[in-house]
Amino acid sequence: MKSLKFLLPLVIFLGLVWFLMKGLSLDPREVPSPLIGKPAPAFALAQLDKPDLTLKRDDMLGKVWMLNVFASWCVACREEHPLLVEFARLKLLPIYGLNYKDERVAGMKWLASFGNPYEASLYDHDGRVGIDYGVYGVPESFVIDAKGVIRYKQIGPFTPEAIETKLIPLVRQLKKEQGNG
Amino acid sequence: MIPELGHFALWLGLGVALALGVIPMWGAARGRDDFMALARPLAYVLFALVSFASACLMASFLRNDFSVLYVASNSNSHLPIQYQFAGFWGGHEGSLLLWVQMLVVWMLAVALFSRHLPREVLARILAVMGLVSVGFLLFMLLTSNPFDRLFPVPADGRDLNPLLQDPGMVFHPPTLYMGYVGFCVAFAFAIAALIGGNLDATWARWTRPWTTVAWMFLTVGIAMGSAWAYYTLGWGGWWFWDPVENASLMPWLLGTALIHSLAVTEKRGSFKNWTVLLAILAFSFSLLGTFLVRSGVLSSVHAFATDPRRGLFILVFLTVVIGASFTLFAWRAPTVGLGARFALFSKETALLANNVLFLVSAGAVLLGTLYPLLLDALGMGKISVGPPYFDTVFVPLMAPAIFLMGVGPLARWKETSIPDLASRLKWALGVTVVAALATGWLAGSIHLMATLGLLMAFWIVSSVATDFWERVNPQGKGFAELRRKTALIPRALAGMMVAHLGVAAFCFGVTMVKTYEVESDVRMAVGDSTTVRGYAFTFKGVKDVQGPNYDATRGTIAITRDGRRITELSPEKRIFRVQQNPMTEAAIAPGLTGDLYVSLGEEVDGGAWIVRIYVKPFIDWVWGGCLLMAFGGLLAVTDRRYRRKAAAGAVA
Repeated sequence: MKSLKFLLPLVIFLGLVWFLMKGLSLDPREVPSPLIGKPAPAFALAQLDKPDLTLKRDDMLGKVWMLNVFASWCVACREEHPLLVEFARLKLLPIYGLNYKDERVAGMKWLASFGNPYEASLYDHDGRVGIDYGVYGVPESFVIDAKGVIRYKQIGPFTPEAIETKLIPLVRQLKKEQGNG
Repeated sequence: MIPELGHFALWLGLGVALALGVIPMWGAARGRDDFMALARPLAYVLFALVSFASACLMASFLRNDFSVLYVASNSNSHLPIQYQFAGFWGGHEGSLLLWVQMLVVWMLAVALFSRHLPREVLARILAVMGLVSVGFLLFMLLTSNPFDRLFPVPADGRDLNPLLQDPGMVFHPPTLYMGYVGFCVAFAFAIAALIGGNLDATWARWTRPWTTVAWMFLTVGIAMGSAWAYYTLGWGGWWFWDPVENASLMPWLLGTALIHSLAVTEKRGSFKNWTVLLAILAFSFSLLGTFLVRSGVLSSVHAFATDPRRGLFILVFLTVVIGASFTLFAWRAPTVGLGARFALFSKETALLANNVLFLVSAGAVLLGTLYPLLLDALGMGKISVGPPYFDTVFVPLMAPAIFLMGVGPLARWKETSIPDLASRLKWALGVTVVAALATGWLAGSIHLMATLGLLMAFWIVSSVATDFWERVNPQGKGFAELRRKTALIPRALAGMMVAHLGVAAFCFGVTMVKTYEVESDVRMAVGDSTTVRGYAFTFKGVKDVQGPNYDATRGTIAITRDGRRITELSPEKRIFRVQQNPMTEAAIAPGLTGDLYVSLGEEVDGGAWIVRIYVKPFIDWVWGGCLLMAFGGLLAVTDRRYRRKAAAGAVA
């Protein structure tokens, strides 16, 4: 009995290994959003390139659209960006950018040099709207249906698979819903 | 050709490391001198091979050989030469090579400076280190080869991440890794002692200086990382409880516990099992930190490119190394005697309590770091714990530890009387309370948390002063006697005092900056002026300047106080040409009583800029305290008994 206590470190460690083992098979980016199925939080933001024009959530009602959070300082966004530009060419749904905690000039320059897949970009300098949307890492994307309800959230950059297997089928389904309703 | 040579050297190194891990170990078990005698030469060869590989990678950087994938991803032909060194360890593959390089440096040092050790012990120690290097060499060769070629060869490299293009990044990673990996020596000593069954005071005496040196490097390395974050991230923070920072803090906490526990084992022969467990834990946490950073189980601002294959490899390696060590511990520890007994109130108890507090804080940091992962693994959703958790947990754990830090050095071994201690420390306590309140009053406001922090800082100072005075008290014989007695204080003891004063300086700096810093974001047009804490900041405009690999907008801000000119600061906004990242380069006027910190926000219409101004009182004490701690360690390892031994070793 007395010597059993010396096994304790080993036992604790093996428990830890089990957790880490499970951790490896999980993806830290896959965070379910509590917002899915809920109405998209309201916002009214100036556009990135036209500071005097404001866009509101309610302007979007009636169409299926996607909000993509990006920033010029975000390395992963650059990785995702060509995919988005390509995806935007399919014209499946309008994509709006949310330029998150960024500088206006930097954001515009970034779009000028890497391509602009967005209908328009909202300028969220202090990150308030980002907080409302529970943005926790950039890039993130939200698909919002015609009734203004968030239906899908992508944390981290889109991959070609995610676009192919998740995004496109979802958008088709949402458009069908819209057509029926 | 050079990269292939480097790659080949790593494979050869793997073979040598395997031989080093197996042959001397076998020799020590069978008592075969010829096998044991191989340990040192093999360690030399391994050092030479790994160093050659590092030189090859460095050469590829210096030659701008963009056919090497790693160089192409982390360098550029316009990258200034000092940052090509930073590029070496700026990515995953290179920093792994740096890890192994540091390991063989330690191995070389052990082989050179431990000739006085019994042959079996030295053979086992080097063999254990050899086995650890097998794991890392395999990891590198199988999943993260820094010498992979890229075809077609790009015209130019993708450049080093601009955040890393900073003088701090040239020195921070090697220093940090030197400390991190250095705990491998204490680990190897512990495993060798567990195998050989010679876990005793002698073992503790051998282990101590190695542990202290590793701890020194780790202390300085962490401080450098924190200072880097402070002046490059541009928002004036210096510690973020980021998983990567935590990965270096946990071994530090355990290393600190280990240093104290080793002292007891050496002096009193007690705590042997506890000490050996800490030695295993300190290194295990270094490995665990490596796993957390490299496997991608946690996302972090430092994020290295992650790859699940790498995570799996490290996890298996981790399980083998730590699992085997704990198994060995469970098997051998019960046979180790308890050592000298001690009473409930004694120096031993104070040190033991301190150790437990350090271990628990390391556990708390681990829990906070892994908590999101644990919940996720249990299917309870994802959350992240941020600084609020760590601040809440850490302060209550450190406060008693710091109280004991004052008491411990004055307590006697074996048994100490509480009334005696209390009467010796009553002055210290009085001075502490008065000084803490007076500081708050001088600073303009007294806060509860600030007072707690100041109490901790002054408590350490006054108890160290008491300890010092008791040792040198000239009893009426005047200044000459005082000097004579001061000179008699052994360096090990002086080292302890200095290190403890370092903790005091650290506590003081943290408290002052957390409580009394001022931050202000102001919109400034050319000629505008604003006053923060009595300093007048005048914006003199911006101009464009060109760096070697970036274009910058440089602002000029003149600072005056009461009409007197203090200084002029030039914060920059840099756009790095290749990666096009904007970087905020803050400008700082450092000072003993505080920093003036200015950075450029964004340009608003009409040539005006948002300017961020911070006044950070005593922030440099945070890092100064760390340097003092490390200096204390330096004093301790240059204690006479080690110098004597080194001299004796040189003769033998």
